[in-house]
Amino acid sequence: MSAPTESHQPLAVHTAALVKNYGRGDNLVQALKSVDFEARCGELLMIVGPSGCGKTTLLSVICGTLGYDSGSAAIFGRDLASMSSAQLTAFRGRNVGFIFQQFNLIPSWTALENVSVPLLLNGVGRAKAEKASAALLAEVGLQDKLKVRPGQLSGGQQQRVAIARAIVHEPRLLICDEPTAALDAASGRKVLELLKQRACRPDRCVIIVTHDSRIFSFADRIAEMEDGQIKAVHGTGDTQKLYV
Amino acid sequence: MLRLALKMLYGDRAKYMMLVCGLSFCALLMSQQISVFCGLLLWTNATVRNIRVPVWVADAKVEQVNEVVPMREIEVQRVRSVSGVEWAVPLYWSLLQTRLPDGTFQAVQLTGIDSATLVGRPTKMRAGNVEDLRLPNAVIVDQVAIAKFAKRGIALKLGSTFEINDKEARVVGICETERSFLGQPYVFTTYSRALEYSPPQRKLLSFVLVQPKPSVSIPELLARISAMGGLRAFSSDQLKWDTFMWYVKNTGIPISFGTVVILGIVVGIAIAGQTFYLFVHENLRFMAALKAMGAGFGTLAQMVFLQAFTVGFTGYGIGVGIAALFGNAVLKKGEPPFYMPWQVLVFTGVIILLICCLSAFVGLLKIARTEAAMVFK
Ligand SMILES: Nc1ncnc2c1ncn2[C@@H]1O[C@H](COP(=O)(O)OP(=O)(O)OP(=O)(O)O)[C@@H](O)[C@H]1O
Ligand SMILES: [Mg+2]
Repeated sequence: MSAPTESHQPLAVHTAALVKNYGRGDNLVQALKSVDFEARCGELLMIVGPSGCGKTTLLSVICGTLGYDSGSAAIFGRDLASMSSAQLTAFRGRNVGFIFQQFNLIPSWTALENVSVPLLLNGVGRAKAEKASAALLAEVGLQDKLKVRPGQLSGGQQQRVAIARAIVHEPRLLICDEPTAALDAASGRKVLELLKQRACRPDRCVIIVTHDSRIFSFADRIAEMEDGQIKAVHGTGDTQKLYV
Repeated sequence: MLRLALKMLYGDRAKYMMLVCGLSFCALLMSQQISVFCGLLLWTNATVRNIRVPVWVADAKVEQVNEVVPMREIEVQRVRSVSGVEWAVPLYWSLLQTRLPDGTFQAVQLTGIDSATLVGRPTKMRAGNVEDLRLPNAVIVDQVAIAKFAKRGIALKLGSTFEINDKEARVVGICETERSFLGQPYVFTTYSRALEYSPPQRKLLSFVLVQPKPSVSIPELLARISAMGGLRAFSSDQLKWDTFMWYVKNTGIPISFGTVVILGIVVGIAIAGQTFYLFVHENLRFMAALKAMGAGFGTLAQMVFLQAFTVGFTGYGIGVGIAALFGNAVLKKGEPPFYMPWQVLVFTGVIILLICCLSAFVGLLKIARTEAAMVFK
């Protein structure tokens, strides 16, 4: 970790010598080979690198959806290994928001219902949850799509619903895996603008895995991965180097 | 979340319909077949229900009502002598051939009742008078006889005659009886005339019908009569049940119906289980997303069980409903037999419940095995 960080900000995610293998014996794949990684509150950090280098695996481990083999991983100072799977699930529900490449909006639910899920899972009542969700959908410009199902929305609109769902419960960590991969250039840009505007806050850390060099300029820092390891971390100033 | 779980279920209309259809079919097949089975077995003890007396006495070897081991007439006197017996009368019951005016034959259940008291008389008369049974050569026939004779072109009515063992029988009444398993018409006459119609034998008494004194309990009286030796006494409920069970044990009826019922269960499990599994499988990615977003296993389990039970209840309702409509329709026609006691509904419900639990369980297992990380794929 050579690049400068805003070290006055508290640590959001921290891993040390993190190792994750898939399979065993002849089929063993070393997806993460001793990864030291940190992300701080208030920053938008991107993880980039060639396909298969372990970006998704790293993301899955640091948000507590995937176990790891050795090393350590902590979110907001809580060691992931110290939590039971039920504790981890509850912790994720409170502290982590997700944006996926495939959106993963539930097709039979309306936009409003999809957005209110994290609140419902956190025990908020239906009326209150839907009120907050409607307000947020209005903020992302979908006030007239509350009762519409995802199938009737464009990709960009669906991803905006997904953004609303990811932040409606005010999580401290936002995890995005290729949020623009399924979108055209213009929609992708809009999504990033929206993320920068609505999701980035001093007390929140946003981590985005991406291939999409068009959106690199939105990053505060960029971690470059290769073959299961972090190769380099670039600060705001030197992201230009990554544009090939 | 549970409300949303239902929306998820209804949202996939094709699978929802298939699940409900599969379970309806399963419930229909089971409840309808078991009801026909019960109805058929109910027919076996029609004689007990047609001749309404509290206590039946037969030869000690008799196990059920359609099997007669003739006794000596003196047994009536012996039974009368038992303390606690209010009255006891003889009953003759046997399958006999009648000869119709056109020379063809028809088997009937000739039932001879005590001529003095007419105990065991038909309860519902369509025409004529039960007392006329005391007239010479008089018989009362039931609605089955009318139908059977009509098939041969003979319109039986009051005053019609036919022959039983070369002796004339004249119809003085038409009654309604409960249909019997044997399917043969009941022909009622007096006990003494029944003996004339029947081929000569040393022993002719089929049953002794007994009314207990109010002071004595039925089980006690049964014990007293059976203790005399050579005789066996049944309460009418017990005789019905013994007859029912005799057919269950000694005929292939339960096996053939059992096969269909098992088929119903297998079809139910195959269709419902598989469709539900597919449903869960297709939603796995969304379930994993919910898991990632903090839905605990308990929440997911509630959702899946709610979905399974919803289709289960709907399918059960439709299936049993159709079976009941079917039953209603056939009961008006009188054939095929149909009897749907509440036990059938409970049994069917339990099986459907088990199928749903099994499906939900398998689905949950699949969900539990899924890493939440799969949503990133
Ligand atoms: N479930 C799995 N079982 C076995 N191997 C896996 C599994 N998931 C990932 N891998 C392997 O681990 C390595 C890293 O995968 P990962 O998905 O993290 O890469 P990535 O950087 O996200 O790639 P991409 O940019 O294509 O999404 C790859 O070699 C991949 O084949
Ligand atoms: Mg990936």
